[in-house]
Amino acid sequence: MKLTVAGESKDFKDGLTVAELLVEQKVDTPQFVTVSVNDNFVDKENFDSTVLKEGDVVEFMFFMGGGA
Amino acid sequence: MEITLKRADFERMVEHARAQLPHEACGLIAGVEEQGVRQIKKVYLLTNLDASAEHFSLSPQEQLAAIKDMRALQIKPLGNWHSHPQSPSRPSEEDKRLAYDYQASYLILSLEDEQHPVLNSFHIEEGVSSREELRILD
Repeated sequence: MKLTVAGESKDFKDGLTVAELLVEQKVDTPQFVTVSVNDNFVDKENFDSTVLKEGDVVEFMFFMGGGA
Repeated sequence: MEITLKRADFERMVEHARAQLPHEACGLIAGVEEQGVRQIKKVYLLTNLDASAEHFSLSPQEQLAAIKDMRALQIKPLGNWHSHPQSPSRPSEEDKRLAYDYQASYLILSLEDEQHPVLNSFHIEEGVSSREELRILD
């Protein structure tokens, strides 16, 4: 199936979950990533159970923060 | 690394940071990189979800909107910026600990002297920061 991930269209196996996509995309720190699928934010506890579908648009937002 | 910022954008950052006092202000920077020079083409003023004078974190929803805008403008993310309302323009221990992106430039705007804001840019990698050459262009 074709997904658009971080603005790039790529082929992936059917039934891929968000958690598996993070591994495939070599995201080393998934605990610090917010994921949206078709502009809907996915709760971290649902990364394993969220199955991606043909044509989904996925974005990763990496945590950015700090202190003074 | 050399990095350039338009004075008008610097002034927008200062204005936004002053408006957020006593809290920290924050945002993203985006632009192009050519021959080792990062040119900031757009500064994004985002919400500090922590609403704190000592901490900041960017809103993922606003990050998503900024990412889409960058793609539309054909510019790339270059890093982020935040203000230090009452401390110097240098990375705090927390800033260094939470700097996960070694490719990013981290801009810190100090309002320690509110009438004389100071902006510096840093590379932060594995807890070690080094200052980048920031030029503000008139």
